[in-house]
Amino acid sequence: MRGNNILGLIFSNVHDEKVRELTEKRTMGSVPFGGRYRLIDFPLSNMVNSGINKVGVITKSNYQSLMDHLGSGKAWDLSRKRAGLYLLPPFGSAAMAPNSRIESLASVSSFLTNSREEYVLLSDSDIVCNIDYKDVFLSHLKNKADITIIYRFGKLPDKICNPTVYSIDPDGRVRDMLVNPKADGDCNFGMSMLLIRRDLLIKMVSDCVSRNLYNFKRDFLQRNISNYSCYAYEFKGYAQNVCSMNSYFDANMSLMLPTVRAQLFDKDRPIYTKVRDDMPARYGLGADVKNSLIADGCVIEGSVENCVLFRGVHIGKGSKLQNCVVMQDSTIGPNCKLNYVVMDKDVLIRNDRSLLGFQSYPVFISKGSVV
Amino acid sequence: MLPKQEVVAMLLAGGQGSRLGVLTKSLAKPAVPYGGKYRIIDFPLSNCVNSGIETVGVLTQYQPLVLNEYIGNGQPWDLDSMNAGVRVLPPYQRSRKSDWYKGTANAIYQNIPYIDRYHPEYVVVLSGDHIYKMDYSKMIAFHKEKEADCTIAVFDVPMEEASRFGILNTNEDGSVYQFDEKPKVPKSNHASMGIYVFTWSKLRKYLEADEANPKSSNDFGKDVLPAMLNAGERMFAYRFEGYWKDVGTVDSLWESNMDLLNPNIQLDLNEESWKIYSRNPVMPPHYISSGAKVQNSLVAEGCNVYGEIDFAVLFAGVYIAPGAVVKDSIIMPNTRIEENAIVQYAIVSENAVIGKGATVGARPEDITDKGEWGIAVVGDGCVIAPGAVVPPKAMIDKEQLVEEATK
Repeated sequence: MRGNNILGLIFSNVHDEKVRELTEKRTMGSVPFGGRYRLIDFPLSNMVNSGINKVGVITKSNYQSLMDHLGSGKAWDLSRKRAGLYLLPPFGSAAMAPNSRIESLASVSSFLTNSREEYVLLSDSDIVCNIDYKDVFLSHLKNKADITIIYRFGKLPDKICNPTVYSIDPDGRVRDMLVNPKADGDCNFGMSMLLIRRDLLIKMVSDCVSRNLYNFKRDFLQRNISNYSCYAYEFKGYAQNVCSMNSYFDANMSLMLPTVRAQLFDKDRPIYTKVRDDMPARYGLGADVKNSLIADGCVIEGSVENCVLFRGVHIGKGSKLQNCVVMQDSTIGPNCKLNYVVMDKDVLIRNDRSLLGFQSYPVFISKGSVV
Repeated sequence: MLPKQEVVAMLLAGGQGSRLGVLTKSLAKPAVPYGGKYRIIDFPLSNCVNSGIETVGVLTQYQPLVLNEYIGNGQPWDLDSMNAGVRVLPPYQRSRKSDWYKGTANAIYQNIPYIDRYHPEYVVVLSGDHIYKMDYSKMIAFHKEKEADCTIAVFDVPMEEASRFGILNTNEDGSVYQFDEKPKVPKSNHASMGIYVFTWSKLRKYLEADEANPKSSNDFGKDVLPAMLNAGERMFAYRFEGYWKDVGTVDSLWESNMDLLNPNIQLDLNEESWKIYSRNPVMPPHYISSGAKVQNSLVAEGCNVYGEIDFAVLFAGVYIAPGAVVKDSIIMPNTRIEENAIVQYAIVSENAVIGKGATVGARPEDITDKGEWGIAVVGDGCVIAPGAVVPPKAMIDKEQLVEEATK
């Protein structure tokens, strides 16, 4: 049954600056991932699979690709009369373009006040995971919490930037939070997702705005931790932050592990994405594919190892690809040699080219380039 | 009143397709999976949309559940428009004289009210058992240019095969002077493709006359078209060139799937301007493991391939275990081929399991008596026991397996 009194709210632009190469012409939410997805598919599908049927997507800039991807929300079953998908681009003059989550929330205050759901679930779009928010909601109700933050426990992932680390009481209550601390060993780090009562969110945002405080983590959360009943929910499944070219590359490569795929693409909670109607991937004579993830519409005549190929990629005869991420509709001509290369959409690599990156620094080729 | 539509397409999808055996046991022929992600009906439906035909009636009768569910509101084919779109038309009860669809012509006759609502000039009659890409708008333009009452699409088959088809004998201007249903000595090689364009006012008249004739079998090919020809109506043959294949038998279904793996055969399903639409599964891209060997194959999303495949068509969610070998075969959605099983020259239907070390089908070169050889077919939901052997040409049915197990 659908409909559970929760409004979903996704920030599609936050963290854009972290993977500048990929977000030059798009939002973080529309960064292609995993052969056929965009990052926003994960929070969006998670919300839909948890019974949330009204989702607002807050955008700031560069959002053409995002709008094209989301369309009417049909692919997520969010094209409906009651509730559904709401795209929330900046409103007002250019000077007022929101620069922080607080400003963004303030600029969509009418959307928040006009909604009828009692709770709001906020999420960024830089984490790849499959999470059941119904569980989060139950824990929120059980704890009679005002705010429930979602965190993971473990060693801080390498290259994570600006992490939030929480001290949590045994009963789940959040005692303290630190932004970007020096943390060695295991800790509780945030996933940039939180559940809050709608009226409280509206009140807290307007409090911040009236005091000219615009930092979401410091002003909105840190200051208020002791004023409200703030609880934490631990997510124990697979999750991967995308916060640099390296972590983007690693997140794609982690999909080769059957355990990761089983968790991320749970049959009961599928990840939805825009449909393209490509034919199944075609392997030609002489194709040699090892340990790779291949999407529909690919035509493979060369050799491919440890690669993620998005929809509609062509690999020419005699070409050899290792450790590459190749986005939609890129074409690699015959007899090329590529290793540790991340190719954006519509790239053309002509015949006999060689490109070599290294694990710690994959070569990036921007959208539409011809090599 | 609905806005006028110049053309209404009627798609005959009620046939059982009994020659496909277990493959059509619980679904109608047009719903049979094809090409890794499609069902046969995706072809006529996509052709309609790509030709600009927005109003399509799908006549169902035999095992309609899967087909109904698949077509749904027509959204995957863009056929969910406001005033037109796709409608599923089953036979229905009326105040008097209710009946099943007695024949192809009777099926259209029973749906005259549906067609009349759109006041069309032309009606296109299609069948749901062929794989082809065709621009019907060109055929309609030809029909208009010839001021025809009926235009029949024809495909030139090799002369030696002509006696298996309904052959149209034509004059130089393309007009038809004779029908030859499966002639022993064919005069031409123009085979009817079962695609007709009619001027609606004319067809309506002939359908009513045919219905009033108690001796008629209410079939287009046997009754209505000969009646129109005998009465001297303007009837033309429209030549189609390109890929066209009937997939009404196990062999032809298998062959047509294999044609997709042949780069020399002109059937590109990826053509941007003429896409074949389908209801897409919600699954991640497929995974090919380090130990796998994949060549000359078509692999859909959600598959996990650990074994070896060559000349195989894998539908969504298929699992090929390490050591398993699949060659010259079609494996339909969510089927598992377990360790060291060998599948050759076979069609394995949906949700089946081929147990460890089992063998399904055989290569023709390994069989001495050629009469014994044929494509092996495993029906949907069948679980083939480890080490079991399914001989070539066999047709395995789930109920039959259960019965044998309880003996």
